[in-house]
Amino acid sequence: MLKDITLGQFFPGDTPVHRLDPRSKILLLIVFIVALFMASGWAGYGLMILVTALCMAISHISPRNIFKGLKPMLLIIVFTAALNLLYTQGTPLFPGWPITREGLDRSIAMVLRIVLLIAGTFLLTYTTSPMALTDGMERLLNPLKKIGLPVHEITMMMSMALRFIPTLIEETDKIMSAQKARGADFENGNLLQRAKALLPILVPLFVSSFRRADELAVAMESRCYHGGSGRTRMKQLHFQALDLWALALGALLLAAMILLRHFGL
Amino acid sequence: MSDLRVEALTHVYSAGTPFEKTAIQDISLQIPSGQFVGLLGHTGSGKSTFIQHLNALLKPTSGKVLVDGEDINQDKKTRRAVKNKVGLVFQYPEYQLFEETVFADIAFGPKNMGLGKEEIEQRVREAAHFVGVEEELFQRSPLELSGGQKRRVAIAGVIAMRPGILILDEPTAGLDPAGCRQILDNICTYRRESGATVIIVSHNMDDAARLTERLIVFNHGTVAMDGSPEQVFSRPEELIKIGLSVPQATSLAMALREKGIPLQGSIYTHAQLMAALKEVGVC
Repeated sequence: MLKDITLGQFFPGDTPVHRLDPRSKILLLIVFIVALFMASGWAGYGLMILVTALCMAISHISPRNIFKGLKPMLLIIVFTAALNLLYTQGTPLFPGWPITREGLDRSIAMVLRIVLLIAGTFLLTYTTSPMALTDGMERLLNPLKKIGLPVHEITMMMSMALRFIPTLIEETDKIMSAQKARGADFENGNLLQRAKALLPILVPLFVSSFRRADELAVAMESRCYHGGSGRTRMKQLHFQALDLWALALGALLLAAMILLRHFGL
Repeated sequence: MSDLRVEALTHVYSAGTPFEKTAIQDISLQIPSGQFVGLLGHTGSGKSTFIQHLNALLKPTSGKVLVDGEDINQDKKTRRAVKNKVGLVFQYPEYQLFEETVFADIAFGPKNMGLGKEEIEQRVREAAHFVGVEEELFQRSPLELSGGQKRRVAIAGVIAMRPGILILDEPTAGLDPAGCRQILDNICTYRRESGATVIIVSHNMDDAARLTERLIVFNHGTVAMDGSPEQVFSRPEELIKIGLSVPQATSLAMALREKGIPLQGSIYTHAQLMAALKEVGVC
């Protein structure tokens, strides 16, 4: 059951989307999100759906994978839809019901926004290896070093956290089996009993995480890791023509959204 | 003191996905009460999957596991109850210690069985005695103990449930020679005094040859060999082909035979090797 977590998953491939520089992909995601929140009217949302579908098609990511990632967010999506549906003032759709035309419009728009937002984010993580992602992030945040932000250290921590998610999941599975073999019961009982039943998993998990962190630190130091200053990379990031085109298309999308909003289409 | 029967056991991981993998296939065997069994096989041969079926941690894809003639996968209740009969000690069991004191950690299993306070205390003392953990350590934190001590406390945590079948997955991995010997002695003591069936997964052929009455060799999810150490180690070439080693005495005997010294019989202990050498008049 724990193995179903898709967070930070990466599907290797060789499509134009995979080949884009991670920096452009991060920038494009930001452009995408801004455009998404500027979208208004059916034309705007239609265009956003089209762009998302196109990106998915180019990168060979099947909608099934996106929907799998949506599953944990289902509660939030349903909740947002219901709230907007029921609590928006306007002309009622059916006499006597609290549902209004404006409410229906707005709840559909909100659901579309959340779904597209998640789909866009997943497109980035599905097509970019965690290493490339943190690399791109570090380069983009580089200017912030001037104001004293430890950019390299932050991104290094991020990539390590991503790296250890599968390890921790495996470890949790193992400890759970071992405690089950000693008769521990994780499925029955009330909320308090179940929370208490987690203790035999959490304590060993914490202990082993600290041990692992310690070992990792020693291993890194013995290979002369001393932070970001003067560090070179094996894989240099280079902007290519493809990136220019992609960024230009992103700018075009943003312009289209501004125009659509301005003219109220 | 429980007997175990496995009928046509098959387990497929992630069935119906692209990651589908058959870990064990059509395994049938019977282990009578009180037998000391060694489970051999290289990494990924299905040993670990197999032993996790014996106390219903894993559900068979098909086939049955019977403990004392009763199918352990009948329903939730039998799946839970079998954990009191079949004790499973995982690899590196010390990583599961979590309680504040050694005593509380050993008592975790018996407590889950719903036993009374006095009964629990008696079982903890008994289990600690079996593995040689002194009572002075009872109030210490298990995390401050040495590696060998931690492991013995973890094994005591399973023994305290008084399992009729005790299964240990590589109980000596990562210990120094003295620690290894001590753990194996503890296991033998438990078996002798309780009459339990003991199944031990091991990569150490010398230990397997010396301790067990029966060896089951796994390869690619099936049983490749099953017999007494004498029978299994009389076919050393097959073991080596599977990717396993043979006891030191066996490999020395093989080398001597190759050099033309006609050693007789199945040789897998040092004593047997000495006897065979005397027989041909080498020493």
